[in-house]
Amino acid sequence: MKQLHELTIKEVHDGYINGDFNCTDLVKHFLARIERYNPKLNIYLALNEKVLEQAAAIDKEILEKGITRPLLGIPMAIKENFLTIGMPTTASSNILRDYQPQYESTVTQRLLDAGAIFLGKTNMDSFAHGSSTETSDFGPTLNPWNIDKLPGGSSGGSAAAVAAQLATVALGSETAGSIRQPAAWCGVTGLKPTYGRTSRYGCIAMGSSLDSPGPIAKSVEDCALITEVISGQDRKDATTSPSPVEKYSESLNAPDLRGVRIGLVKEYLLPNMSEDVKNLILDAADKLRLLGATVDEISLMDPRYAIGVYTVIQRSEVSSNLARFDGIRFGHDRGVLCEETKRRIMLGTYTLSAGYYDAFYKKAQAVRTKIVNEFQEVFKTYDAVIGAVSPGPALSVGASKNQPMFGEMEDVLVEPSSIAGLTSVGLPCGFVDGLPIGLQITADQLKETTVVKIADCFQRHTNFQLFPDLEKTI
Amino acid sequence: MHTVTVSPEEVKKIGKLANLKLQENEVDLFAGQFTKTLEVVNELNEIDTSNVDATYQVNGLSNVTRADEIDMDRVLPQNIALREAKKTHNGFFVVERLIDSDAEELI
Repeated sequence: MKQLHELTIKEVHDGYINGDFNCTDLVKHFLARIERYNPKLNIYLALNEKVLEQAAAIDKEILEKGITRPLLGIPMAIKENFLTIGMPTTASSNILRDYQPQYESTVTQRLLDAGAIFLGKTNMDSFAHGSSTETSDFGPTLNPWNIDKLPGGSSGGSAAAVAAQLATVALGSETAGSIRQPAAWCGVTGLKPTYGRTSRYGCIAMGSSLDSPGPIAKSVEDCALITEVISGQDRKDATTSPSPVEKYSESLNAPDLRGVRIGLVKEYLLPNMSEDVKNLILDAADKLRLLGATVDEISLMDPRYAIGVYTVIQRSEVSSNLARFDGIRFGHDRGVLCEETKRRIMLGTYTLSAGYYDAFYKKAQAVRTKIVNEFQEVFKTYDAVIGAVSPGPALSVGASKNQPMFGEMEDVLVEPSSIAGLTSVGLPCGFVDGLPIGLQITADQLKETTVVKIADCFQRHTNFQLFPDLEKTI
Repeated sequence: MHTVTVSPEEVKKIGKLANLKLQENEVDLFAGQFTKTLEVVNELNEIDTSNVDATYQVNGLSNVTRADEIDMDRVLPQNIALREAKKTHNGFFVVERLIDSDAEELI
């Protein structure tokens, strides 16, 4: 029999309905695990002080009305860049170290409206600037599979919370890789929604033309259930899509993938990638074929160009977005910003400054058009493209030090899809040296149903979604 | 292809533009790092974009407008808006003097 921390959303609800346990039991179970493992792993930076009170209210609601809300009583970990009333929000930066949010982000409000209960806020790279959690002003999070390794980032705390089973599901956000890459390094599942599918209102901005809030969970199923709650137009974010939100959970449990056409991107099998990682991706392609899909090798632009495009766009948008942290209306003086934050603001200031705007910013946005067009061409023939999420497994603690482009280099395989605003699922597809490897399944904008269907079918027919035994790894 | 070298003087200038105070060791460090990063960015010149428009917005929305009416749902009450500020006066934020100040002229 599964323990409480091992349950998925549906299994938690089954337990509530059958009276096996209630929300208070579940929350207390997670709090005990957090007390035991968090001091070492540094996943949660703050806990919800009212969580037991809220759990009691949920138990009362379930007794009186049953489960009438989609996420009722589901314990969640929330990334530190979502504004949450009553819980501090720091973006893992000293400039906001004691900031108490003045309003609630749209996606966390939608989760609360759906009945979710927040356990606490999770560590991340400072202002999401990184892919390691090492740029956090509050120390790195450690990988639950091996504490000598990094969890990835920037949503490293949220991915590690799911892998360490210190929450049922977690909320993260991705600018280019920040959901899929930590999910891959921690061996869990993440869904990056289409740009504009989930509201950015109240999510501390990094790259406004890229930022996409999304879930990290134990399964594609749980990712689908969270995504359908948080998606949809928001009048507080003018870039959200007016397209109606589909029921992504209806794409689950496809018996096979007959009729699905998938492109295996040959440029994503990088020359310097280990054979072990390459083989896992080729094995995944074979598995998808066995499930009935057609998988052809296809060609896209060398992903190294996406590094240049992403670097310029992201740093330019960072320089503009972080101008608001002036220490006047909220937060502390800019002098406390960490080196990485300063570096990103300044390079962005440079690429937007007179004389360099055309050479860098405009050039990057033109190459972005070429990347977008290339994907459009591919999606005329294929439903999805696949490749590795990251060139290799989790790197060691300290790996990002003195590497000013660490994140951009590690995220080379997920930057093209983020630049084009596509949707993508990252999910485990095997292990190398005892560490998990992630597969990305990427589809056109607003095709969440497609990535959910393919990824869920793959996950149900493989056994890669495993969890570390913390008593042994810590 | 042209190479770009970012000098320590330029780093100091960018620091002022970005309202950031830098340590002396950061000036040289950033100058070297920015030069290296721009080498990677410069690889974009290998791609011909002569007949390509720039993409600033990827999901096709443009000119999203709303009625010019007060929407209480997106307005912060004054006490909450001021709550996190370091200095306030009579319901206003207190900011540092910019005009005729003793501070070194910006740029």
